[in-house]
Amino acid sequence: MTSNNRIFSLVVPVISVILGLIVGAIIMAVSGHNPMEAYAALWRGAFGDSFTIGETVRRITPLILTGLAIAFAFRTGLFNIGAEGQVIVGWLAAVWVGLVIDAPMIIHLPLAVLAGAIAGGLWGFIPGILKAKLGVHEVIVTIMMNYIAMFVTNEIIRSVLTDHKTTTDKIAGSASLGSEWLQSITFYSRMHYGILIALFAAIIMWFIIQRTTLGYELKAVGFNRHASKYAGMSVSKSIILSMVIAGGFAGLAGAMEGLGTYGSISVMSGFTNLGFDGIAVALLGANNPFGVVIAAILFGVLKEGAGEMPTGAGVPTELVDIIIAIIIFFVASSYIIRWALLRMKKEGK
Amino acid sequence: MEYVIEMLNIRKEFPGIVANDNITVQLKKGEIHALLGENGAGKSTLMNVLFGLYQPEAGKIRVRGEDVNISNPNVANELGIGMVHQHFMLVEPFTVTQNIILGSEPKGKFGNIDIKKAEKEIQDISDLYGLKVDPTAKISDISVGMQQRVEILKTLYRGAEVLIFDEPTAVLTPQEITELIEIMRTLVREGKSIILITHKLKEIMQVCDRCTVIRKGKGIGTVEVKETNPDELASLMVGRDVNFKTTKKVAQPKDVVFRVEDLFVRDTRKVDTVKGLNLEVRAGEIVGVAGVDGNGQTELIEAITGLRKSHQGKITLNNNNITNLSPRKVTKTGLGHIPQDRHKYGLVLDYPIGSNMVLQTYYQKPFSKASILNYKEIYKKAKELIEEYDVRTPSEFTPARALSGGNQQKAIIGREIDRSPDLLIAAQPTRGLDVGAIEFIHQKLIEERDKGKAILLVSFELDEIINVSDRIVVMFDGKIIATVKPEETNEQELGLLMAGSKLDEVGDSSDIK
Ligand SMILES: Nc1ncnc2c1ncn2[C@@H]1O[C@H](COP(=O)(O)OP(=O)(O)O)[C@@H](O)[C@H]1O
Ligand SMILES: [Mg+2]
Repeated sequence: MTSNNRIFSLVVPVISVILGLIVGAIIMAVSGHNPMEAYAALWRGAFGDSFTIGETVRRITPLILTGLAIAFAFRTGLFNIGAEGQVIVGWLAAVWVGLVIDAPMIIHLPLAVLAGAIAGGLWGFIPGILKAKLGVHEVIVTIMMNYIAMFVTNEIIRSVLTDHKTTTDKIAGSASLGSEWLQSITFYSRMHYGILIALFAAIIMWFIIQRTTLGYELKAVGFNRHASKYAGMSVSKSIILSMVIAGGFAGLAGAMEGLGTYGSISVMSGFTNLGFDGIAVALLGANNPFGVVIAAILFGVLKEGAGEMPTGAGVPTELVDIIIAIIIFFVASSYIIRWALLRMKKEGK
Repeated sequence: MEYVIEMLNIRKEFPGIVANDNITVQLKKGEIHALLGENGAGKSTLMNVLFGLYQPEAGKIRVRGEDVNISNPNVANELGIGMVHQHFMLVEPFTVTQNIILGSEPKGKFGNIDIKKAEKEIQDISDLYGLKVDPTAKISDISVGMQQRVEILKTLYRGAEVLIFDEPTAVLTPQEITELIEIMRTLVREGKSIILITHKLKEIMQVCDRCTVIRKGKGIGTVEVKETNPDELASLMVGRDVNFKTTKKVAQPKDVVFRVEDLFVRDTRKVDTVKGLNLEVRAGEIVGVAGVDGNGQTELIEAITGLRKSHQGKITLNNNNITNLSPRKVTKTGLGHIPQDRHKYGLVLDYPIGSNMVLQTYYQKPFSKASILNYKEIYKKAKELIEEYDVRTPSEFTPARALSGGNQQKAIIGREIDRSPDLLIAAQPTRGLDVGAIEFIHQKLIEERDKGKAILLVSFELDEIINVSDRIVVMFDGKIIATVKPEETNEQELGLLMAGSKLDEVGDSSDIK
């Protein structure tokens, strides 16, 4: 049973991706584009040269972290729609620390990264405590928190961090995740050391969930609140902690953008979508930290490569979004694939 | 002899298991036929074959002498076979009538549903069989016992001549059971035939005409109930002799280890349901709490175990005041708790059974160190307990959900006893289990008593209370209203006490008898 399940959770996403690509090809063919050319352009856009590879990696980095933010909450029975807002406040906090503090890198950088995580964690804490103490559903609160994050951040950028400008100054070099070396080997892409932090975070999530008493409690509360209470665990503490940790992951994603990719923060007219894409990444990765890494890679590749499709093959960007949506659709309806697999197996016997 | 239903040499396999192996059941017209077997013996499977939910691998089914192929439940309905499932299949927000007509709605002139006509019809059937169901009531507003009657009505409305009841009494209170038995008698009087699945021997002796025994998927045989007795039935079912009268030495009670003084607890609706309760349990004795469900037992247990706050009174365990402490602190003071609802409270069903074995101790050595779990130790402990308590599971990694009820319960009991608590609260510890498992659990409770532990047994089953307890207290309307000795009482007297009669009144009435 369990080994079967494990194989399923690997095979199903792969089949979903392949089906998505096939259906995407059909749509392109029908609308008069050459699918082979388009996919070749996609490949070039993601892996064509060292610059695009560098850009792909920097795109993957925050997606891993937001994927973890959703997967972690989900494993403990919570639906964290608020990763978007947690990213934004994490980004703001990291840049803020990067701007105003003057310290050697060994202190400054970790401090800025940590500030991002803490801000995200705080943004998770609020829906967590509302759920734990008052039973308010986390989905509603986190959605509202997304808007609060965006508008408050915009206001802070305009009137606190700058003098009515839309973008802050660059952060101090001592808080930057960027690296001359990484830039030089990737032909001055925006790739930065954040990818290491993201991968490390995946290991941390695995460790907490699988190996610690905290993970044991969080999962137990997610599965069965009553039994957890009976067993002497604190249900409200678990809910709050879970949201804080999830928020921390998303806050780190924001820090990656602020300290790595952009080195600043700008007024936003809309959401970054990193948090929302994280939902798809978590889903595709079956809420498993290593699955999330793989799913984030896939997502990053598709999104980065897609940039080349309009110019390289004349395929409109909307079509690329459609293909990504189809892949998610197939994953979400994975039970259909599961069912088909089971049936084939039965008939094979 | 005329049979309405004949299932001949039925075989049904599931992957890796033969659930029915050459089983024959023949149902006479107008009889109540028991299908007896332990949990997992294959009773439900056999009846699902008859109801058309499963197709048998081998064997024949005859209805009124004719060979039939029951390919789906609709065919069963047409043949006049109706089934009252173990788990009800009702739509909660719908009314009784809406539920009953679902799928065979009576059409009015304009193709509309003629609900009034249906209500009338249902009322008539209900009156005929004494079901006392209100056709306009909402399912979510009626009791479990009533819901079951709605299921019965549903089969009758569809014209069932043969009714299959799958463990109908498992979910009922003693009163509801008495009423159900009356209903079954009325049904056969009106010409229906009944197959009753159960593992409760008392019920078979009470209402059934014949009984077919199934053991581990095999048909053991059919006996006339008049010519048998519970002991014979039990040994047929289990395959060995079973002890009903739990054998135990005379209790050697020592000091009082657990005391409840003048306790008041409110239920979820904020109404006092425990109203000034006093109770003592000594080391080395089993105190049985008898009472009709809903007299404050649940709130009492929750207050003791820390799951609910009390607002007046005092609870002490081992001379520690544990009033309103958190469940973890109460547990640490020396309390074990076999919860009434094992799925809701006793287990995390999605965790492996092994992880469930350390549900209260995972944070202690050797199961974890510095907050890091040590799975080797956890599964070692789990393996020990699984062996010692005869928990039948493929492995310690199997999700708890996949175990049968009896094995889940044995796992919980193993876990609670293994912590060696000074006070063990056992709430309905044998509900829904078969005689083999019941015997085992009773023995374990008595073993703990003999080790000098205090045990508080709360149960709605009077034979369990009388058999296992050393002292019986009767709980009524949130208070203990009488204390009796098990050897000096009987079910009648207890029944009267549980209904709120005073001990001296009861004494008089039993004298007259
Ligand atoms: N749908 C199913 N798939 C696989 N095994 C099943 C299924 N239903 C029942 N079983 C197995 O068949 C056996 C008999 O089950 P069941 O008929 O429910 O027993 P009973 O009703 O006598 O308690 C058990 O071992 C059970 O695990
Ligand atoms: Mg059954």
